[in-house]
Amino acid sequence: MSGTDVRLEDVRFSYGGGAEMRFDLAVPASAIVALMGPSGSGKSTLLNLVAGFETPSSGSVAIGGADVSALPPAQRPVSMVFQENNLFGHLDVAANVGLGRSPSLRLTPQDREDVLAALARVGLAGKEKRLPRELSGGERQRVALARVLVRDRPVLLLDEPFASLGPALRADMLDLLRDLHDERRMTVLIATHQPEDARAIAQTIVFLEEGRVAVTGPTGLFFGPDRPEAFARYVGGKAAGMPG
Amino acid sequence: MPATRPLPGPLALAFVAVLVGGAFAGLLAEAASDPSGAAGAFDAYLGRIVRFTLWQAALSTLLSVAPAILVARALSRHPSFPGRSLILGLFAVPLGLPAIVAALGVLALWGRAGLFAPLMAWLSGGDWPGIYGLAGILVAHVFFNLPLAARLLLEALEAVPLDHWRLSAQLGMGARASFRLIEWPAMRAALPGVAALVFMLCVTSFTIVLMLGGGPAATTLEVAIYQALRFDFDPARAVALTLVQVALTVAAVAAMARLGASPTGEASLALAPRRYDRPSPAGTALDAVLIAAAVLFVAGPMAATVVAGLEADLGRLATEARVRDAAATSLLLAAAAATLSAALSLALVAMRRRLETARSSSRAGLLARLLEWAAGNGALFVLVVPPTVIGAGWFILLLPAGMVFAAAPVMVVAVNAVMAMPFAVRAIRPAHDAAAARHDRLAAQLGIAGWARLRLIDWPVLRRPLFTALAFAMALSLGDLGVIALFGSESVRTLPYLLMERMGSYRTQDAAGLALMLGALCLALMAAANRLGRERA
Amino acid sequence: MRNLAIPVLSAAILALALPVQAADKLTIYTYDSFTAEWGPGPIVEKAFEAECGCEVDFVSVADGVALLNRLRLEGDRSPADIVLGLDNNLTWEAAQTGLFAPHGVSLDKVAIPGGWSDATFLPYDYGYFAVVYDADKVASPPASLKDLVEGDPSAKIAIQDPRTSTPGLGLLLWVKAVYGDKAADAWAGLKRRVLTVTPGWSEAYGLLTSGEAPMVLSYSTSPAYHRIAEKVDRYKAAEFSEGHYLQVEVAGVTRKGAGNPLSAKFMAFMVSPAFQDAVPETQWMFPAAPTSKPLDPVFGEMIRPEKPLEIPSEEVAKNRKAWIDEWLSVMSR
Repeated sequence: MSGTDVRLEDVRFSYGGGAEMRFDLAVPASAIVALMGPSGSGKSTLLNLVAGFETPSSGSVAIGGADVSALPPAQRPVSMVFQENNLFGHLDVAANVGLGRSPSLRLTPQDREDVLAALARVGLAGKEKRLPRELSGGERQRVALARVLVRDRPVLLLDEPFASLGPALRADMLDLLRDLHDERRMTVLIATHQPEDARAIAQTIVFLEEGRVAVTGPTGLFFGPDRPEAFARYVGGKAAGMPG
Repeated sequence: MPATRPLPGPLALAFVAVLVGGAFAGLLAEAASDPSGAAGAFDAYLGRIVRFTLWQAALSTLLSVAPAILVARALSRHPSFPGRSLILGLFAVPLGLPAIVAALGVLALWGRAGLFAPLMAWLSGGDWPGIYGLAGILVAHVFFNLPLAARLLLEALEAVPLDHWRLSAQLGMGARASFRLIEWPAMRAALPGVAALVFMLCVTSFTIVLMLGGGPAATTLEVAIYQALRFDFDPARAVALTLVQVALTVAAVAAMARLGASPTGEASLALAPRRYDRPSPAGTALDAVLIAAAVLFVAGPMAATVVAGLEADLGRLATEARVRDAAATSLLLAAAAATLSAALSLALVAMRRRLETARSSSRAGLLARLLEWAAGNGALFVLVVPPTVIGAGWFILLLPAGMVFAAAPVMVVAVNAVMAMPFAVRAIRPAHDAAAARHDRLAAQLGIAGWARLRLIDWPVLRRPLFTALAFAMALSLGDLGVIALFGSESVRTLPYLLMERMGSYRTQDAAGLALMLGALCLALMAAANRLGRERA
Repeated sequence: MRNLAIPVLSAAILALALPVQAADKLTIYTYDSFTAEWGPGPIVEKAFEAECGCEVDFVSVADGVALLNRLRLEGDRSPADIVLGLDNNLTWEAAQTGLFAPHGVSLDKVAIPGGWSDATFLPYDYGYFAVVYDADKVASPPASLKDLVEGDPSAKIAIQDPRTSTPGLGLLLWVKAVYGDKAADAWAGLKRRVLTVTPGWSEAYGLLTSGEAPMVLSYSTSPAYHRIAEKVDRYKAAEFSEGHYLQVEVAGVTRKGAGNPLSAKFMAFMVSPAFQDAVPETQWMFPAAPTSKPLDPVFGEMIRPEKPLEIPSEEVAKNRKAWIDEWLSVMSR
């Protein structure tokens, strides 16, 4: 697999009664883009629009040049990892990953091998039979990433996937994500509140404010002396990883 | 979000609509020749019975639900003690008993010649006239509905997220605080639904009201409807009275909903809830008293039924071919009705949830809102359309086709299934909605839909509430007499039917034996549901 | 819902098959307890089928009132040849439907107290409404309706609701027949003794046998069941000096049935010993025509009211609503 580009053109959307959001964005194939912005700025909404959980009232969402606006989530070339609830509590780890290959869990021997390989790849070899509640938070997100591997879609969306993990664990997860990206070259959009996450992994940062893309630029710009003012306001005290 | 399973919901709704609409159509067609009865229905007599119907139903609801709150809490605070599951099973038995059996059970204790008569005579310092009148009606209604309400409220408590109990333990909340902050909000969310259900059951009470009411001053609308249809043969009047009953119930239930919170409570998937609070010795003692009192109240009339039943020649009864056939017929029809009921309920619950979710992200049209209401509440009001009315309407409809008797089993199953839906929906909805909130996006993302979703995702989570729903629906169908009495024919004789038949020809002992068998069957069903629901969960 | 399609379909197919009737088949509408295993139905069916070499098909509904309603609904389309189980209070209304043909059977053998001359409906049994009491609890039973109405209010009686039950209506008519315009006053007196008003006979009778009510409105022949079937003699019927209201159970041939030769055969059979022998100890009523051997002596010990009371069924039909309203207004006070 390799990535495809993602393009939102004049996408308009509003939650019942809320203010209208409007997104224009072009992400090149195989890029890693971090979505940042205050709570309620539209990060999750943007990801949901790409994933197909929300339907725009106008505009188009194109992936790899094809308009996917009318497609249901499962038919879009997209995998998504949420902050939580990525796993079905009553199914074991292997089954949760297997669902990425067959939504009815009809797995061929080859599929099963792939599941085991993916679990080994994310460092969970030997834990196939565990139930999600027997795993730590980090391990649960690794299972979700293993499923991304077997699902093998060109676009990966992550909605604050590591928000509830500690700093060291988060760094590990980011490393894993980067390695997986190196291997598979999928296009990655990751929503995060943590500047250091963005800095560690993203080539580009998209900064959102009030349901709109406020600034787009290379990561270096946001952490350099000429960082956009809105971003500086947002980051405020969160100076971790900031120079000087 | 694109709909994943758009068909079953509307189909279920259509099924209910056709069942009720068809009945009304049949009756109206017949009434067309003489519609005068409809206007004649609105007289002073109607005013009086409407007042009594609502008054007794409101009181019965209050007296059933208020103690049920305490009993449910006590049961929830002690998630494992010997006999707990037996008590929960026992609490479902009244549902499966024909009203006449329960009434005789109540009278065996509280009647003029009842077990407590000497005590009551001593207390009142005179002759004990027996518990006839409003008091008798209330006692019998509480006997039926307190256990039901307690069980449903307990389900609500068991859906409290594990984290809340952890938090409560961690913060050192006392019994009072955890009641105010955790238990009460959880039960309050379920309260309007539970109260509405109990209210509807009491509004439609018939045998209990007449038998224990002491005289025609205690008359419900249901009696008037029965009279209009059976004795006066006035379909127009019957339809008018039924509409009055439905309208009044809708209004009363709407008023109740205002008193409580939205019926969709927050629920979790903690299937085996653990509580971390340790009730104090005094609290434990109080809980024990509460539970014991409720059990005694419910078990008393049942014990009377058992005692009477044991006097029957059970050995002979059990070997009678007629009894065996009736038991088999009962179980078969009840199983079919319960399965259909659970399927219809699940479809409606899923549809309501889907519409509710859709509404939050887009402006829903009037139609969508109407459908959502119909799926959520509307279908439940079927409970106050008397089975006699549905039966009679369809009878008229099926007559020209000459298929009345052939349709008997189908009608019995269909009507019982729909009548049991209010129970099934209450059991299924909290768990379904909580699971949906958690799984919908993930399932949509992975493309898990239709049969695969049912098998892999919904079934394991809904297994327990589905079995509860099945057991409740089966118990209810087992005890049914309304539908079967109208459509019953040679081929469809159920246990309650046989019971009434024996009672109607002097064989009261046989009838008592059959009542005992019915009760035992209900208890066995509850135990089975409990076991099947727990497996693998 | 697909699982419903099969039963519905098979029901439809069955229904289509039903109207195709064999010529030598007789369809009789009746009520449940007639066809119950201890009712006369099985005996009668066997005996008649042996006699006619035909097939009898019983279709049963709840009771006499349901029977009439059923017939009204079906009208000319009714498959019934014979309707068996109406009573003397319903005959006028039943005749008004215009669905019945004369029975054509000689009434020579029919013996009903007060005589019987109806050309449309033929009786098969009769009995009297009576107050049945528990002799272990009631030392001096009422000897008249007046006694019952004016007696000690602490000695209770369970009665049935005339709005929903045949015996309930029977008592209403009994009081009307005895008290006429003063019926409301009589009910006001009787009300003090009424323990409760049940929807049907079964509930009230259950109150007697469970010991809750010392008296109940039932039939004069009820004690025969306890004597013969249970060897229990604590339940007795009280004989009232004003006379007892009579219930006569009848059968009629429908216009459609008049075309079936088996109908006439059955009606004649109904007043023959082969049918009548089955009546006393299945219906617990008196036979309407001679039996082949004398009744169990217990029946001889049952009260035989001197004076059968009856209100013509036309009058009953026309006044029922008004009389029930009168009853309601007194009893609801």
